[in-house]
Parts: sequence; structure tokens; C-alpha cells
Amino acid sequence: MAVYEHDVLVVGAGLAGMRATIAADAGGANVAMITKVHPVRSHSNAAQGGINAALTSRGDDWDDHALATVKGSDYLGDQDAIEVMCSEAGDTLIELEHMGVIFNRDEEGHLGTRRFGGQEVARTFFVADITGQALLQVLYEQIVKSQARIYEEWFVTSLVMVDGQCRGVVALELMTGQLHLIKSKAVILATGGSGRVYEPSTNGLIVTGEGMAMAYRAGAALMDMEMVQYHPTTLKGNGILMTEAARGEGAYLLNSEGDRFMEKYAPNMMELASRDVVSRAVQTEINEGRGVDGCVLLDLRHLGRELIETKLSYINEVALDFVNVNLADQPVPIRPGCHYIMGGIKTDVNGATTIPGLYAAGECANVSVHGGNRLGANSLLDTIVFGRRSGHTAATYAAEAGEKAISESVINADRDFIKLLMSREPGNDSWAKIRRDMGDTMNEHVAVFRNEDGMQTAVKAILQLKERFAQLAVRDNSQVFNTSLLFTMELGFMLDVAETICVSALARKESRGAHYRTDIPERDDENWMRHILVHASPEGPSIDYLPVVITRWQPQARSY
Amino acid sequence: MQVTLAIKRFNPESDKPQPHYEEFTVDVEEHFTVLDSLIKVREEVDESLALRCSCRASICGSCAMRVEGHATLACKTKLISVMDGQSKVRIEPMTNQPVIKDLVVDMKPFWDKIRDVEPWLQPQEPEPEDEYIAPNEAMIHLTGVMGCIMCGACVSDCTVLEVDPNFLGPAALAKAYRFVGDPRDDADKHRLKELSKYTGIWDCTRCYECVEVCPKGVAPMDRIMALRDRAIAAGFDGNYGARHTEAFSDLVEHSGWLDELRMIPKTFGMFNPLSLGPLLGMIPIGLRALRRRKLPPIRHKSIPGVKNVRRIFKKVEARK
Ligand SMILES: Cc1cc2nc3c(=O)[nH]c(=O)nc-3n(C[C@H](O)[C@H](O)[C@H](O)COP(=O)(O)OP(=O)(O)OC[C@H]3O[C@@H](n4cnc5c(N)ncnc54)[C@H](O)[C@@H]3O)c2cc1C
Ligand code: SF4
Ligand code: SF4
Ligand code: FES
Repeated sequence: MAVYEHDVLVVGAGLAGMRATIAADAGGANVAMITKVHPVRSHSNAAQGGINAALTSRGDDWDDHALATVKGSDYLGDQDAIEVMCSEAGDTLIELEHMGVIFNRDEEGHLGTRRFGGQEVARTFFVADITGQALLQVLYEQIVKSQARIYEEWFVTSLVMVDGQCRGVVALELMTGQLHLIKSKAVILATGGSGRVYEPSTNGLIVTGEGMAMAYRAGAALMDMEMVQYHPTTLKGNGILMTEAARGEGAYLLNSEGDRFMEKYAPNMMELASRDVVSRAVQTEINEGRGVDGCVLLDLRHLGRELIETKLSYINEVALDFVNVNLADQPVPIRPGCHYIMGGIKTDVNGATTIPGLYAAGECANVSVHGGNRLGANSLLDTIVFGRRSGHTAATYAAEAGEKAISESVINADRDFIKLLMSREPGNDSWAKIRRDMGDTMNEHVAVFRNEDGMQTAVKAILQLKERFAQLAVRDNSQVFNTSLLFTMELGFMLDVAETICVSALARKESRGAHYRTDIPERDDENWMRHILVHASPEGPSIDYLPVVITRWQPQARSY
Repeated sequence: MQVTLAIKRFNPESDKPQPHYEEFTVDVEEHFTVLDSLIKVREEVDESLALRCSCRASICGSCAMRVEGHATLACKTKLISVMDGQSKVRIEPMTNQPVIKDLVVDMKPFWDKIRDVEPWLQPQEPEPEDEYIAPNEAMIHLTGVMGCIMCGACVSDCTVLEVDPNFLGPAALAKAYRFVGDPRDDADKHRLKELSKYTGIWDCTRCYECVEVCPKGVAPMDRIMALRDRAIAAGFDGNYGARHTEAFSDLVEHSGWLDELRMIPKTFGMFNPLSLGPLLGMIPIGLRALRRRKLPPIRHKSIPGVKNVRRIFKKVEARK
């Protein structure tokens, strides 16, 4: 068996993973990146709208960005972490520009901005409506320059734990079907979100939450898993995102009566209130019969063809391709859809998890800067700031970690599991059926509006799906590029994530941010200014609590 | 509605690995994309069907393949748009790239070529404290190139790559343009010199295929032509590539169409000892072209309207 060994191994090659790799490389570590798809296929490429930063050099105030983030989080974000993110945002942005990101400019050639939800100030920097793709390509350019090793199309199946420390991973090489042990003194998880636990979702089919599930299985704490963001404007039918930048540029939301209904829900910020607020408003309009065929309308016509074609050309392309609407001529039908998870692997501001040697950054992590509701364009910022910090910290840690003997038998459990999956007699069930049932269940019961009964139903349903999974066979016995095996293994991780979402949601007995309970509609600061932690235990998920860190901003009533 | 997908399959693990077509008939909805129908096959009929896909929204670049003979993104192609009244749709992996399994190709050569163009910003030092000042038009113009999702469709259908796998190809050259066109990049001279070598910008035959198939409007050929203009302006016109362009117009002026056999000696110079290498290098390409019946006629005749062509040339010359 070939031996692979590194100081720092980064799992995931999206924005967080690549930024972490570059930082660890700069820190002098022998660093490698492992990813189940080519880096530029990572789902960061789908980010459309932009990245937030308060540029103090031009008079913006990062305090104001921090306050907007705190309020956006419905006071569940840790304020020390938010201060770190917002204060470092300016330098982070300039660094990206220096690396080569072709941000759109203003008339004088300085970086241009647009407005985004939950903020009064225009401080979202962007590349048309392909910001994520443009950032991802540039970070990949830097990776090519750095010559860091990339294990491409390798699927990580578990973390290697030695004496309570994380010391590497086991991974399946898709091209050959071989399982490998990769030893590493420090491991950074940057595996992205878990949006596909829901169906439909704005997330790519590869966004399946393994990083969270692997960390959870290895004993790390997940935090605030109940906080799942529904984006207010996803396309009718397939749920593809229509970026918030549309509203940032001035688009309206209209109901079947042609009213800008946000007047009722957020008279000041209107369409640019926080996402949780807008999603609830849209869903309420639909539920109360003022929708159009299960949707409301996003109207861009008054923005004019030229603006649409230069700044929003990608969503125009998508609307044309999928619903045959030219945004300059017609409003487009949209509805809320699963988009982002604020919850994730609990880390400190340096990416350290509760397991020594294990770090996490990006959407799979929870630092926590987004709390109960992430502001649009804060996630890209989160991936870059905390990607860099975790890469840097992991490199320092690895330099002092020393050697440890690792037996190659650590891959046996995964090898046996794969053998088992391949040797079972195929029945009527399939990974696709279970995955769809899981997605439907979550979308029905743990979505924009929740209640005790629904969430109980969901927990039970997920447990039943786990039983079905325990009987599931892989129908394809090939070695080379066996996607049937891949999807089946992903599903196992997804079911764990779904379960932690459900139990965390049941535990939070109040409404806050994206977690809105129709049976307990009020926020309860007295009892619930705390995070919900969930650990794996032999009896199933076990719940714990942690107070929210408050530095300067006491909870206030939240209105937009 | 029903559709029959004729999918070109390849299983490297079978006893005698042979590409072959397999047909699947599935129920589909009017709005289905090719990808929707393939996913349906994979989920409901044959789990072993291998393809790459993720975003379903033409942004991740995973799902390029050939549909009815042209490279495209499966997720951007509506079934009805390719059915054309028939009920069968032919789906094959991309060409010019080795097939690994079914619709999955090995993109290593693709990425190697991207790497070859030194794809990172090489700015003038020292860096400014704040952002580089750059005109918005320049950035918006580059956004068109940055829109490249590295799907490989253009490479699949490039007619030069079909005969000369060493050609850098449309995607890598478009990527190179992204830097040459970037006001912040300071390595133009070096880049244009490298790009002017054999396998670079002068090897494109302007067949337009890459522009046709690119799902993101990157228009690689136009970028290559822009690079040529810049290369000539930067003084890289003594090489065979630039001479190729001159030879091209000379020959067309002479006979009204391209005498491809005379292109090579005219470009390299018949008696130039330095041209021996390139000339010998052309032989395998010529042989391959012959095999594919693409060799031009040996006796080159002028076209009937050659006088008019010459008149056009005179007019253009007069305007310069
Ligand atoms: C449609 C859309 C639009 C968005 N728009 C914006 C926006 O405008 N602004 C903003 O701030 N945020 C936006 N977001 C959110 C933001 O894009 C994401 O949160 C962020 O990009 C996540 O980056 P990441 O690096 O954490 O993960 P990803 O980019 O998802 O990368 C995950 C990586 O992990 C790898 N991986 C996962 N599991 C495994 C495994 N088991 N083995 C090996 N590798 C693995 C994958 O291959 C991939 O490389 C948007 C999100 C979506 C879905
Ligand atoms: S125009 Fe040039 S680069 Fe484009 S496909 Fe044709 S030969 Fe290839
Ligand atoms: S230029 Fe177009 S076709 Fe070629 S790789 Fe880029 S997006 Fe794909
Ligand atoms: S699935 Fe992403 S480009 Fe087609």
C-alpha cells in the first residue's frame, strides 16, 4: 500500500479549502488538498451575488457591518467571532483583488459595490453575478502556482483518530476504487454545506454534508444545526437560485394582486430585509392564497435590459433556460428554497474544533458568525477569513505535533463496509429513493415554518430511513468511477446530518432566526441566548448548551 | 412523452472493453434537460451509468458531453431542443479527451494545458496598498472570459486538437487572454512570446467550432485572434505563426482560396534549415489528415471569381 503523509491535509477544495491550503503552504507546512470533485467544480462556484467587506480606507465602518451581522443572526452569532470576521474583511477583500479577482469597478476604477439584504450600506463587492465562480477560479490559479498536491476525485470516508487526536483520513480513489490511508498531523475539514439533505435545494448534487457527519462520528460537537436558511427567491420547479443581488439592484417582490407585499412585513428595508424575514413573508403570501401557482413574482423589468445583461446576466440565462422568461420583459416565479446551513462543526476563531488536530472552515464549520440567520454575501467572506486562519493555525500546530504510529488496519472498517454494501442482495429500494424521501421529509417538516408535531414526525421518518439504509445494496460492483457506491456512502452521512438537524430543532423551544415555530412564535432571550450542541453517543444524538458570546451588542427587538 | 437515449457506453473493466451504444427509453416531461433524463436513467434503470454532474445550472462545468454530435452541457440542453421531431437522442462522451467510463473523460490533459499558460496574475511590483485602479470596462470585458467554467466542450470539438493533440487549445488560450487582457498583469511580453510558439495561438485554424459550442459565450476563437493582434503589436511577427497569417492572405489573394499544401513551406520558408523540425513535425499530422480524407487537393486551381477577391484585397490595402 502506498503511503501518503503530510503535515496538513485539507479536505475540500472550495473557497475555504483552497484558502486554507494557500495559508498552510505559506506557513511552510507540507500541505495537500483532497477533494471529491475537481476544485473548480466545488459548489462555491454557484455563489452569485457578492462578498461583504467594510473598506475603512474609504470611510466605511466595520462596526456597522458587525452590528448588521449580529442583528441578522438574531443575536445568536458569537460577537467575538463576528468582530474578527468584520474587522479582517477589508484586508481580505484587497488580498483577493491582488490575487487577481476581476471585481467590477465604479467610474473611477475603484472597486464597485451593490446593496445586499439586512444592511443599510452598500458594501457587497462583486463580479457580475458570478462572484463565487470568479473567486474560485482565482484561488485555483494560486493553488496551481503553489504546486500543492491535490488528491482529485478522492472521496474521504472517515477521519483517522489516534489517542483522541485526528491524524489523517481514509479515502476512496474514484478512478480506481482503491481505499487509501493518508496520514496527516492536522486535518482541516472544508467540505461545504449539506443543502441536499433537503429537496429541492439551491445546492449542487454534491453538497451532501460528509464533513459534518464525519466530525460528528469522530466525536466532535456540531452546533446550531437547527439553523437552516431558506432563500426567499429560488426558481419555480428546480429550485435554482435567483440571487439576492437582483433585489440589491432594486427588483421587487409582487404577489398575485401585484402588491409589493414586503411593505407589510418590513416597511423600512422592504425586499432587502434579512433572508429569514423575507422567506417567511413570501411563504405567508403563498400560504394565504396570494401566490401565483405556488410562487410569488420577482420583478426586474424596471431595472432595464442593460443592467440585467451586464450585472445579472447569469440569472437571466438561467431564467431563460429553465422557465423561458427574459427578466427584462417578464417577472419570474420564485419561492423559498433550502439554501445554506448556519450550523456546523463547532470551531473557535482559529478553526480549531473540539478534537485536537482537527480544524474546520467554511460552510461545514460554525464559528459562529451567522447565528440564526446568515446575511447574504457574508458566507464567501467567512470561507476566506476563516479558511486562512485555520490553514495558518493548523500549520503551526502540525509543526509541533510530533510523530505517531498509525496502523494501516484503520482502513479496515471502511473496506468492510464497502464490501458489505456490494455483497447485499439488491431489493426494491435504492439510494435515490431514500435520498428523495429524506429530502421531502425535511422540506415538509423542518423548513420555513416548523412545529412540534412536524418535527417529531421528521425524526421518526429519518430513523426509518436509517433502517432502510441499513438494508441497502449497491447495485454496481465495478471499481472504476462507481458513482452508485459513492452516492450510497454519501447518503449514509446525509442521514446523520438530517438527524442532527431534527433533534436540534426539537430542542430549541423558541423562534429565532431561521428557526420559526408556529407553536412558539416568540424569541425567548431569557432562556435561549445559547447555542445547541449535539454529540454522537451510543444512544444517538445527545444535546448540550453553550451561552452566546456577547461583547458589545445586547439583544434588541428585531425589525426591518 | 417518451424519449430513447442512445448512450455511448464504455466499461474499462469488462473482458473486452469496447465502446458501444446502449438504448434507454424513459418517460420525461416537456421541460426536461438532457441531464434530467440521464439522472432518471441512472436512478431508475441502470445505477452503473457513469457521468459527472452537480449544479444543474450551467455553472460547475461538470456535465459537458456530446449530444447529437456536438459538445454541450447536458444541464443546459433541453431535450426538445435536440429531438427535432424524433424520439431518439444520441449522447456520447466528449472527444479529444480519453474516455474513462461511459460519459466520464479524463481531463488531465485539459488541466495540464491550463497549467502551461502560467495561469496566475503576474502583477507589477510593488502592490498598491489598496486595490489596483482599473477601468470598469476592462473588468466587464474580462468577465466574459472569466465566465469560462472549464467544462471542456470547446476542447472536445476543436478541429485542430483532433489532428494535433499538442495544440494548447481554445480553453487554455482563452485563459491566457484573461491575463494578457488584464490591465494589472505585467507579463504580457513573456506570455505573448510563449504563446507565439508552436502549439500556441498561431495553430488555430479559425474553424469557429469553439465559439459555436461554448455554453458560456466565452468565444475562445475571438480571444485567440485578440492575442494574435497583441502578439504582432508586441513584435512577435517574425515567427512562423505570424508569417502563417501573412502567407494565408497572400495565397488567398493569389487564387481566391486557400492552397493548404503551399501554406507550410510558405510559412516556414522552404530553404530555412530551422524549418526542418516543424516540417518533419507536420508529416504525422498530414498522414492523419490523409487517413481522415482531409488532405487538400494536390493541384490547386484558382476559383472562378478570383479577380473579385483580388479587388477586395486591393481595396483593403488602399485603406491601410
Ligand atoms: C446558489 C448559491 C449562491 C450563493 N451565493 C452566495 C453569495 O452571493 N455570497 C455569499 O457570501 N455566499 C453565497 N452562497 C454561499 C456560499 O457560496 C457557500 O457557503 C460557500 O461557497 C461554501 O464554500 P466552502 O468552501 O465551505 O464549500 P464548497 O465550495 O461547497 O466546497 C466543498 C468542498 O469539499 C469537497 N468535499 C466534500 N465532501 C467531501 C468528501 N467526503 N471527500 C472529499 N472532498 C469532499 C468538495 O469536493 C468541495 O471541493 C451561495 C450558495 C449557493 C448554493
Ligand atoms: S477556432 Fe481555433 S481553437 Fe477554436 S475550435 Fe477552431 S481551431 Fe480550435
Ligand atoms: S471556453 Fe467555453 S466551452 Fe471552453 S471550457 Fe470554457 S466554458 Fe467550456
Ligand atoms: S451540472 Fe454543473 S454545469 Fe451541468
